[in-house]
Amino acid sequence: MLAFLVRRFLSAILSVVLASVVVFGALLAVPGDPAAVILGMNASPEARQALSRQLGLDVPAPERYVRWLAGAFRGDLGESLNYQRPVSGLIADRLRVSVPLALGAALIACLIAFPIGIFAALRRGSFWDPLLTSLSQLGAAIPSFWLGLIFILYFAVELRWLPASGFVPFAEDPVRWARSLLLPVLALGLGQAAVMTRMTRAAMLDVLSQDFVRTARSKGLPQRGVVLKHALRNAMVTIVTILGLSLSNVFIGSIVIEQVFALPGLGRLALTAIGTRDFPLLQGEILLYAATIVGLGFLVDASYGLLDPRIRYD
Amino acid sequence: MTDAAHTAAKRAVAPVRYARGRRYNLWLGAFLIGTVVTGALVSFAWTPHEPNALNFAAQLTGPTSANWLGTDHFGRDLFSRLLVGARGTLYVGFLAVGIALGAGTLLGAVAGFVGRLVDEVIMRLVDVLYAFPAILMALLLAAVYRPGTLTAMTAIGVATVPIFARIARSSVLSIKERDYVEAGRALGLGDARILWRHVLPGAVGPLVVQASLSLAVAVLAEAALSFLGLGTPPDVPSWGNMLREAQGFLAMSPYPAFVPGLAIVWTVLGWSLLGDGLRDLLDPRSR
Repeated sequence: MLAFLVRRFLSAILSVVLASVVVFGALLAVPGDPAAVILGMNASPEARQALSRQLGLDVPAPERYVRWLAGAFRGDLGESLNYQRPVSGLIADRLRVSVPLALGAALIACLIAFPIGIFAALRRGSFWDPLLTSLSQLGAAIPSFWLGLIFILYFAVELRWLPASGFVPFAEDPVRWARSLLLPVLALGLGQAAVMTRMTRAAMLDVLSQDFVRTARSKGLPQRGVVLKHALRNAMVTIVTILGLSLSNVFIGSIVIEQVFALPGLGRLALTAIGTRDFPLLQGEILLYAATIVGLGFLVDASYGLLDPRIRYD
Repeated sequence: MTDAAHTAAKRAVAPVRYARGRRYNLWLGAFLIGTVVTGALVSFAWTPHEPNALNFAAQLTGPTSANWLGTDHFGRDLFSRLLVGARGTLYVGFLAVGIALGAGTLLGAVAGFVGRLVDEVIMRLVDVLYAFPAILMALLLAAVYRPGTLTAMTAIGVATVPIFARIARSSVLSIKERDYVEAGRALGLGDARILWRHVLPGAVGPLVVQASLSLAVAVLAEAALSFLGLGTPPDVPSWGNMLREAQGFLAMSPYPAFVPGLAIVWTVLGWSLLGDGLRDLLDPRSR
């Protein structure tokens, strides 16, 4: 098990390094002189030269990449051109918005999807299964940002229950913090819940059709015992995979939702970075997103052994 | 026919009827997508109004006899813009999924067929792409080449490559061991010919199903990117653009937000039902 974890961890690190090559390489492909692109046509040659030095463009690209990557592993992602502050500090500030948003949405999605998915699987062939399956299919087709707009229209504009936009830090006022995040969390979480419901149903149906479930039933075990002790436990590996996938989805989905609700999170920071051609900031952010997705994949794989002792890695 | 024979015959026919009955996914999906394709095609020849024509006398109206679905904040006709927007949705979706289908199938098929180091290297590179969903890839490309339809399409396409590569690889791995492939080898056929003529046709079913499901994801991604200003340029009507513009006027009229949103749901649902229907048709065991 330990050997597997070490191997899988090294593989995840390699994936992050390869992802960093993609991020760094893509921004190397900016046509023309990046300093001229950032400063515009009217910038003086001196200003361009100064920016080139600040960006490290006077150093060969491979050397720049190694420095950047080594810095990234130490938590130093360089300095933002637009904000004149360390990129890692800017990202840390914005994580206070994006992390609760993504975690809240994932929690909502789990609370809805797991019970409904399991219920639909257990009621296969009844009136409930096609109804819930169709509803989840419809839900998965609704874009979260459109749902966000509908929520704003109904809960903020019509009913005036919750704010339409903006963010209040937790330290300032926990109640207003929760109110400012509730609609975005619901908009992001409900769509994800629909996707996860279908996956959970499929995972449960797969387990319920296995021989050991039939054996447990034929031994006269009550339905609750069969579901909780046998089926659910065996479906956990798939469910954890779904969970990992959904965390990645909501983390990326938060980029769009932050725009709908004007939340000052990582997504809005990235869009600002594109608008201001702030390459160091954008590089740092995209690397963080990609590393998070790789990291979640690693955690999911690592959890398999704990959830299902039959899984052997050698 | 005796009663018993009649019942037995009915029983024998029942599974077939059941299977046909289950094709509602396929037909409903085909209908939904059919309407979108028709709308896009009709828009080349006719729209009730010029989609970019401003009319400050009829801003943010609800449905009327002149403007069937209402107007936006510039008085532009929502129905006309909806029809023209369908073109972009289909165009970006088809091209993005086409790129992914072509590149992913080629990479996956070569990896699965050749195996060993080639497989290891290709699949490792494909796995790296999993770390870049469409929106992330679009952010990266938008920084380099400026946002636009082409960058959005490329981002969605590249982000969709891994899923096709995985499907093609696993299909090829299972097909290449079959007797008829061995027979082809024994007859002296080259690797490329065996792969193209004898192995890949066996993988077409799962790839077609995935293409339809990926089109659903591509429509959502294109709308999201246009909503963020990273997709279709603002002067071209697209459903994502329409939603972005509607955001500032929600309190005054819900129609500019309702209309394109419902169109996106309609289309995504269409592709996903079509994909499910095709899967039921091509792989009955998956039901």
